[in-house]
Amino acid sequence: MPDVKRTPQRLNLRPDEEVGAPVVEIRKLWTRFGRTVIHQDLNLDIYDGEILTIVGGSGTGKTVLLRQMLGLERPSQGCVKVFGEDISEATPEQLQDMRNHWGMLFQQGALYSALTVFENIAFPMRELRALPEDVIRDAVLLKMDMVGLGPEHANKMPSDLSGGMVKRAALARALALEPRLLFLDEPTAGLDPDLSDAFVALIQTLHRELKLTVVMVTHDLDTLFALSSRIAVLAEKHVLAVGPSCDVLRVDHPFIKHFFLGPRGQRALEVLEERQARDDMESEN
Amino acid sequence: MQIENAPILTIQHPESGDHAATGQSVVASGVWQVHTLSRRGVLKGITRTLAALKHKDTLAWDLSGIERLDHIGAQMFWNAWGKKRPAQLMLDPRQEELFNRIEQASGLSLARHRSSPLQWIIVLGAGILNFFEHLKAFIGLIGLVVQDLGRFIRSPRTGPWREISANIYHSGFQALGITALVGFLIGVVLSYLSAQQLKMFGGDIYLVNILGMSVVRELGPLLAAILVAGRSGSSITAQLGVMRVTEELDAMLVMGISHGYRLIMPKVVALAISMPLLVVWTDAMALIGGMVSAKVELGLAARYFLQSLPEAVPVVNYNIGLLKGATFGVLIALVACHFGLRIKANTESLGRGTTTSVVTAITVVIVADAVYAIIFSGVGF
Repeated sequence: MPDVKRTPQRLNLRPDEEVGAPVVEIRKLWTRFGRTVIHQDLNLDIYDGEILTIVGGSGTGKTVLLRQMLGLERPSQGCVKVFGEDISEATPEQLQDMRNHWGMLFQQGALYSALTVFENIAFPMRELRALPEDVIRDAVLLKMDMVGLGPEHANKMPSDLSGGMVKRAALARALALEPRLLFLDEPTAGLDPDLSDAFVALIQTLHRELKLTVVMVTHDLDTLFALSSRIAVLAEKHVLAVGPSCDVLRVDHPFIKHFFLGPRGQRALEVLEERQARDDMESEN
Repeated sequence: MQIENAPILTIQHPESGDHAATGQSVVASGVWQVHTLSRRGVLKGITRTLAALKHKDTLAWDLSGIERLDHIGAQMFWNAWGKKRPAQLMLDPRQEELFNRIEQASGLSLARHRSSPLQWIIVLGAGILNFFEHLKAFIGLIGLVVQDLGRFIRSPRTGPWREISANIYHSGFQALGITALVGFLIGVVLSYLSAQQLKMFGGDIYLVNILGMSVVRELGPLLAAILVAGRSGSSITAQLGVMRVTEELDAMLVMGISHGYRLIMPKVVALAISMPLLVVWTDAMALIGGMVSAKVELGLAARYFLQSLPEAVPVVNYNIGLLKGATFGVLIALVACHFGLRIKANTESLGRGTTTSVVTAITVVIVADAVYAIIFSGVGF
């Protein structure tokens, strides 16, 4: 194994509030594709009720990490525990139980193109083979209402939807079984700024209403600062820093400096500071 | 995962001496979430209880004892209440939010689409119109390919040579193995069956005539065409369909590259070239199979077989076989491209389009074969 020069982890802060056991626990995780090492000795904890964002350059394995948490890919070494169960050693029943407790929003939505929007959202509910059809119907309409899709869109096919509506429908489907844990892969990629802001607000509302734990991968700094309660920076094959955004920004490392404090980052940061100042004022009043 | 308490409904009867106005009360407890509700047997009991309680407006409901409630659990109550709040209801502040949500969404309803009693006429008409639409598009496609061929002949140097060569490789060279296997086996079977019959009246030597004529004139071209329709036809349709799904077709149009010239014409030309060659190959394999079988079954020498073949089968039959091969190749490519271009950007359409394409291609090939049989009915005997 070629020895890679790495800086040790610079920052590891847990959420401010009192937290219990982590919902997702990643320990000593290695990922190799052929001879390329993507993750080397990676550790990460995700706690109940937080919104954790994973950031990093292209090819640092953010999406791979997400897929490993979902059990879609196996790490070469190390373990990923979700809800306290090791995902690669879980029995099929345990795995099914886990899968009923999490939702995933794929980057392209991944709506079933042969089913209507309504059937897409009803699909996981019907698959339980227990709920009566009238409850499913009302629950689907409720979920659509929550993500801001009117009932007139229910019978449309995914190919007839705009990009923003596909994301909303996919989010409604991810929320269909009332998950405790929601994974978002680039939730605002491909949306215009207005839609993207609306989507961020939507996720915030849902997070508050449903008491969700959210794990998100994004490149969009606006989304990142607006939503995250903590940020995990993936670089040099491990989690370089994890903590609230203001603490992560203070870490002195070339990647972090470049990623957050470049011209692109400055703008987003100004917005963040403005909002913080506003929040402070509000809390003083 | 933690063990969760099952959802429970308890009906409390008013104690004697209680106030007359208070009727029964229903107390819910446990975890009313989709996961606990969907456990085996849980829902059935609850649905039965709730159904029995439906339309009893005097009931008092107490949900504040529920550990956790989600939208689906709340929806169960809401439906049991006849989609309105009961007069006496006790809720947690958190549950209040849930029911506010549900109340807000309960006005929504799905649009029903009505079906007309004349539905079958509509279906029939749509089917016929669809057929003519396909026919029109197919003729349009033939016109397009002819135009592109004209363009290709006028300036052959800038033509899509690379695409043609790649398509010949994929649809011709890579099909050699499967056509050889199938041709050989059919030859063996045919020769064996014919030999059985011919032996009965001592016409052993006519085996060469039967085998030669049927293979060279009919079976060779047809076998090759059916195999190519299954192999290359489906792959052409699927390729074009995926290109539609991934917007590659649109990307080509945007760059000003015509689909016809770069995608369709090369495939048609390539199949028109490789199919006659495959026909020759299949013919040869089937005859070798027949020869082997004749040697084993009738003791007919290979030398005799080869010597009498030219006399038994006039050379015009061979030419008819080649012509059939080229026609079938063109037809398969056209049908495959036609269906490939009509695929819509979803997975179901892709699957259906590919199936239809292969079935249609094989049907069209057999129809064309029948047409040739009529045209050349007096030739080559």
